Amino acid sequence: MVLLTLMAIITIGVVRVRSLFAVVILGGIYSFLMASVMIVLDAVDVAMTEASVGAGISTVLMLGALYLTKTEEAAPTHTPFVPLFVAAGTAAALIYATVDLPSFGLADNPIHTHVAPRYLDYSVEETGVPNVVTSVLASYRGFDTLGEATVIFTAGIGVLLLLKGRRRIKPGPKRRRIRR
Amino acid sequence: MFVFTDIIAHYNQWVTVFLMVAGLYIVVARGNMVKKLVGLSLFQTSVYLLYISAGKILGGTPPIIEAGREVYSNPLPHVLILTAIVVGVATLALGLALVVRINEAFGTIEEDEIFAEDAE
Amino acid sequence: MRLDVIFRVAVKIMVPFILMFALYVQFHGDFGPGGGFQAGVIAAAMVILYAIIFGLETAKRLVPPRLVEMMIPLGVLIYAGVGVACMLMGGNYLDYSVLAHDPAHGQEYGILLVETGVLITVAGTMTAIFYALAGRGR
Repeated sequence: MVLLTLMAIITIGVVRVRSLFAVVILGGIYSFLMASVMIVLDAVDVAMTEASVGAGISTVLMLGALYLTKTEEAAPTHTPFVPLFVAAGTAAALIYATVDLPSFGLADNPIHTHVAPRYLDYSVEETGVPNVVTSVLASYRGFDTLGEATVIFTAGIGVLLLLKGRRRIKPGPKRRRIRR
Repeated sequence: MFVFTDIIAHYNQWVTVFLMVAGLYIVVARGNMVKKLVGLSLFQTSVYLLYISAGKILGGTPPIIEAGREVYSNPLPHVLILTAIVVGVATLALGLALVVRINEAFGTIEEDEIFAEDAE
Repeated sequence: MRLDVIFRVAVKIMVPFILMFALYVQFHGDFGPGGGFQAGVIAAAMVILYAIIFGLETAKRLVPPRLVEMMIPLGVLIYAGVGVACMLMGGNYLDYSVLAHDPAHGQEYGILLVETGVLITVAGTMTAIFYALAGRGR
């Protein structure tokens, strides 16, 4: 699809551009394109979450972090041959593996046969909620959502522990650690 | 080896592989810590694409039960990826907080300069 | 006349509507796309927008940091508390069928309470992270 090709082009931009402010904005564009792709793929809940979280909160957090650090990336000092080789090797192995995967979109793929038809058939009469994603998230797989809320809680506590309060040291020349 | 129907059937997965490998390249090859975090989040979003395109049925509709629709797309990958997106932004926030503290302690966020200063 | 008059007036009008939209997404998550996570992020985005346009101190008077820090564990407590309440009423942990006279209604109450807990935690966490990042002096 055209959207996926656009996303690939934006990714090349993210790799090459060195101004971090531009990288953050390109990341926001990428998240919006990903949300559009997800609507095309019938995942409306996920598209709303990706648009609000990826293009909204993630961009704001990165801009906040850039405000506290510097906004330009230094020129690369090592030659990129080893990482390029690793990346190309990984890509070749993964593409070789995807040829065996089931084709896109067929109704008798193995993923659609086991548990999903049961959730789709019995969701309205067992939970009374037409949105199957919400009923699976909150009722059938409620433990996972409890774990997820705990992860968000832990991340919030962690960030508050690291960043709360004003800086107590003055920004100055780099301090040398004195070893005795 | 590759027929045209293969390309249609697997295009989503190949774009996923490209995005994943681009994210991996950024994490491995670039020294700036904020850029590494951007690369990590790029890596994560490529995996979301893989799962969601596995759950799509051609000719289906979003999995919201209403009268008159017969074929729904699979809701289970959507649930999984919803959790993954929010967990991803939580780890991004923690990573950015650590980068801010590293910057305050060392004065820089480039990996080479931090290693050089740490070796003194 | 300051140059940002348009921003200030527009944001002042928009902020209640953004909050209303967040609550709409939360409560209509049963019938359309939506749910706790999206609503929490939209509510946090409202506070962030207000802080960007009007300044961090004004936003901190509107939504105090103590309230935000108390919201983070409150949501998880509501979620786990629903599970314990289910156990107290005779079912398993997080088995919503025992919450009302009828299993389908019990499930609806359970889902509503659980999504509210998720909304509170997500909104509190995103706002607290923004306050921490923006309030740290350079």
